[in-house]
Amino acid sequence: MRTNSLIKMERHHIIDLDDFSQEEIALIFATTDAMKEILSREIRRVPTLRGKTIVTLFYEPSTRTRVSFELAAKNLGADVVNVTSSTASVAKGESIIDTMRTLEALGADVIVIRHFQSGVPCLMAQHLQISVINAGDGCHAHPSQALLDLYTIREKLGHIEGLKVVIVGDILHSRVARSNIWGLSAMGAQVVLCGPPTLIPQELRRPQPLKGGECPFPPLTIQENLDRALEEADVVMVLRLQKERQEGGLLPSLREYIQLYQLNSARLSRAHLHALVMHPGPMNEGIEITPEVAHGPQSVVEDQVTNGVAVRMALLYMVTGGKG
Amino acid sequence: MSEKIIMSETEIKRALTRIAHEIVERNKGCEDLVFVGMQTRGLPLAQRLAAQIEAFEAVPVPVGSLDISFYRDDLASLDLRHIVQRTDIPVHISGKRLVLVDDVLFTGRSIRAALDALIDFGRPRDIQLMVLVDRGHRQLPIRADYVGKNIPTSIQEDIQVRLKEIDGRDEVALIFGEQT
Repeated sequence: MRTNSLIKMERHHIIDLDDFSQEEIALIFATTDAMKEILSREIRRVPTLRGKTIVTLFYEPSTRTRVSFELAAKNLGADVVNVTSSTASVAKGESIIDTMRTLEALGADVIVIRHFQSGVPCLMAQHLQISVINAGDGCHAHPSQALLDLYTIREKLGHIEGLKVVIVGDILHSRVARSNIWGLSAMGAQVVLCGPPTLIPQELRRPQPLKGGECPFPPLTIQENLDRALEEADVVMVLRLQKERQEGGLLPSLREYIQLYQLNSARLSRAHLHALVMHPGPMNEGIEITPEVAHGPQSVVEDQVTNGVAVRMALLYMVTGGKG
Repeated sequence: MSEKIIMSETEIKRALTRIAHEIVERNKGCEDLVFVGMQTRGLPLAQRLAAQIEAFEAVPVPVGSLDISFYRDDLASLDLRHIVQRTDIPVHISGKRLVLVDDVLFTGRSIRAALDALIDFGRPRDIQLMVLVDRGHRQLPIRADYVGKNIPTSIQEDIQVRLKEIDGRDEVALIFGEQT
């Protein structure tokens, strides 16, 4: 069972959306609105986090998420230090907890971490006094991405409650999908997962209640046929086919995947006319999505990127403002 | 805690009417005037002043809103539940005569933050300050150009301005607790 003090601790850190309430997400939206106003100014900078140091620590390649966090921190006047695993002492064999403790001792106020191993940010949060923001860990969670997806849906369609959101593709390896399932469910959307049976994990297929009676995931629908899944859809989130993770023979062939699960114009026409097409990037155009759809009138991929900076500004503001 | 009403609806109305005329007189008309209301209660006050001036000068005065959360010097003690409100400056402020409007002038720290925020939007010709209540206890060298009412207070007391647009009624209350 969750206690109040635990919720407070997790607001100091942002690890996943699994314990965020509708009210908390609405508060993040309101703060993000204010951040978007700053981004619309000629001089996109406020002194809010002046004197704070934000460290981005990335153990996995990333351009957009790292740059997005860096810009967010700089727009708020913070100093930013970027560390990647090739430059870190991790290459010399230092344990990640020691690396983080060193960064803390050096005076970092917030650590933004991405790691290929699920659970690393959570472990860090337990060992550090300073704030930890998860920028993606293994197949577990990517909360800032899910929040910017939610924010973009609300911005474009006005609300999230009651919408049918189809997440299509490699659900198995997707931290974006898992965080979105939590966030969308908290906001009252209907989540439909679609993908080849081998890429839909068992824990989502039939969520078994844990010992405490808590469900590992909120209720959702699984529809393996994309044409059927898209009917009446308000939002289609296309996931990147993680080719680097397909060595285990989970897919018969790339051609078959394209044939059955690629989002193209004909398939998209089965969804509502107002349906949004989203993608967390980077896109494999011609594989999970056709170029016409990726850059078509229903695509909000660029809005997602722009909103990402504003959402991350809001998160940095909120974790830093909560101290003291 | 007890409270005493120190400005009634009529008194607030009279103060705003007087100040609207003072602003026009001091600025020799309302050319280039822009009102900026500080969230939350400065905004309706700014809107009322603009409406009054429009009524007797027949010239509309633009009204903007400003939230100073991102410019405060006490971020660490902010309430996590604090909602950042809308900042909307509708015109280019360079060369304009700004009147910053707030409900209560106390330490001066909010005004300091507001000045920093406004200067990020451009270089106004000047910035004037209007407050409904000046309660003293300044911690910075800041003073108001237009004051509805000066109310000497002790540091333990509190001033609450209530406005119809937000609180359903117009009045200013002095809150004082029995010393324990």
